[in-house]
Amino acid sequence: MITTRTEAVTAKIDAIPAITADNLSAGYPDKTVWRNANFKINRGEFVAVIGPNGAGKTTLFRLLLGLQQPLSGSIKIFNSRPRRGNSQIGYVPQRHTIDDDVKVECIELVQLAVSANRWGLTLFSNKEHKIALKTLQAVGTLELAHRSLGDLSGGELQRIFLAEALVSNPEVLLLDEPLSNLDIRRGRDLVQLIDSVVRKRNVTAFLVAHDINPLLPFLDNVIYIANGKVATGKPKEVLTSECLSALYEIPIEVLHDSKGNIAIIGSGADTDKEMDLLGSNRCTPCGDEEEERKK
Amino acid sequence: MSISPNPVYDLQQIFQWPFMQHAFEAGTIVAIVAGIVGYFVVLRKSSFAAHALSHIGFAGAAGAVLFNINPVFGLLAFTSGGGFGIAVLGPRASSRDVEIGTVLAFMLGLGVLFISLYTGYATEAYSILFGEILGISSSDVLMTLIVGLIILTAIAVVYRPLLFASLDEDVAEAKGMPILLLGIIFMLLVAVATSIAVQVVGVLLIFSLMVTPAAIAQRLTKRPQYAVAVSVAIALMATWLGLFVAFYEPYPVSFFITSIVFILYLLVRFMARIHVLP
Repeated sequence: MITTRTEAVTAKIDAIPAITADNLSAGYPDKTVWRNANFKINRGEFVAVIGPNGAGKTTLFRLLLGLQQPLSGSIKIFNSRPRRGNSQIGYVPQRHTIDDDVKVECIELVQLAVSANRWGLTLFSNKEHKIALKTLQAVGTLELAHRSLGDLSGGELQRIFLAEALVSNPEVLLLDEPLSNLDIRRGRDLVQLIDSVVRKRNVTAFLVAHDINPLLPFLDNVIYIANGKVATGKPKEVLTSECLSALYEIPIEVLHDSKGNIAIIGSGADTDKEMDLLGSNRCTPCGDEEEERKK
Repeated sequence: MSISPNPVYDLQQIFQWPFMQHAFEAGTIVAIVAGIVGYFVVLRKSSFAAHALSHIGFAGAAGAVLFNINPVFGLLAFTSGGGFGIAVLGPRASSRDVEIGTVLAFMLGLGVLFISLYTGYATEAYSILFGEILGISSSDVLMTLIVGLIILTAIAVVYRPLLFASLDEDVAEAKGMPILLLGIIFMLLVAVATSIAVQVVGVLLIFSLMVTPAAIAQRLTKRPQYAVAVSVAIALMATWLGLFVAFYEPYPVSFFITSIVFILYLLVRFMARIHVLP
């Protein structure tokens, strides 16, 4: 705790967190999706956002993009409030594909992402073209530059979307379910690519996923959203029976296989017995276990 | 009169007639505008909206005829209003079908009422529905030119943001681009382009200039700039060729224009099927 003033200041600048949430609640005026989230994500971290469908994972992204306002509490990106059109953010929305009859070559989309907001007829400059090519190369898709967007496979398309997001050199990457349409192998390749981008460029990446396993070896933090609550921490801290049971308010078991994969199993069948087995919860966002037990 | 082996002589013959001059002038402007706007219509999958706008325009044109106003004004008023409404009511392209279809049917009904109230029933309705380019006056040409220039200027201004928003609306929104405004501008462009194109091919055949050339162009090149140019070239070629042939044959110009683009479309699809094209 004993530091000189200069050291403290330097440490502070280095340690400006990429994202902080304080008592953050999100949703719509008539419906709170989740409440009381507190977390701090540092620059250059790779973070998975997981949880069941409809839990509010995309809502978190909408808050960060400034497309939605918090119901209460605050969320900050590098100490300032989110705003629409923040060029510090690269975004890959949740979507399945681009229609196969879109006959526009990939590099066009990546180029447009550099300067889409420039109004007036200006044809592409050489500079934009070079930036786009460089970004395509960085994600290993140079050979797709002149292919049609509509002709790409799911994995290829996700790489192009990644290039589209990266081309403006963002500090934060928001990737909404990029793995959802990929087979295990392609998914693993994409996660490796994202991880290398995170490390090389020191960007902070949030990745929404359903299956945590392909991500586990790479993750710095996990944001687990379920049951109107948010648990955050290192994967080892969050992905435990205690923490997830507290989150879901039903007994959850986290099983590990020999390769470090996990399986999250919830059972509500024999609630009394299993709650007893679990004992006390050390990681408790809030405690409604009493009610659960009475049922 | 019949086509001679010498096209220069043929063109001299054709351009002796002021009505043919006007037809070529108006047809050229409309083909350029429709070719460009059409590219965005195809890219944004708004061909149903374009179709609906032309039907909404039918009511406007019929109403204008009833009150003895130039039908183009009726077209402009109704298609612009309709375009604005479509853009505002259903900002997301995928959710527009039912809303558009509902308004479309009502407007056609309204058009039928106006036409029945008007005594010159058959010919006016016919020319609105199927186009009457050979009856275009020099003031119509001037108006078409002015409207055409306005559309081209507007497209030059919104080209890049509109292209990006058409390809990737979600990311465009996150980048802080005015998606709703772009949608409204786009629908207004379609509305105005439709209004002038109706003179050439009529309400019912608007696809032949607004959609088919762009759909063909998309299959020939993957670069938007080139595709726009090809789309314009096809629309121009079809219009010129249609006018040329219709001068010698007793059939409607719009039939020839629609046939030419349709044959080209089939050809391109066939070439893609046998892998001559990607």
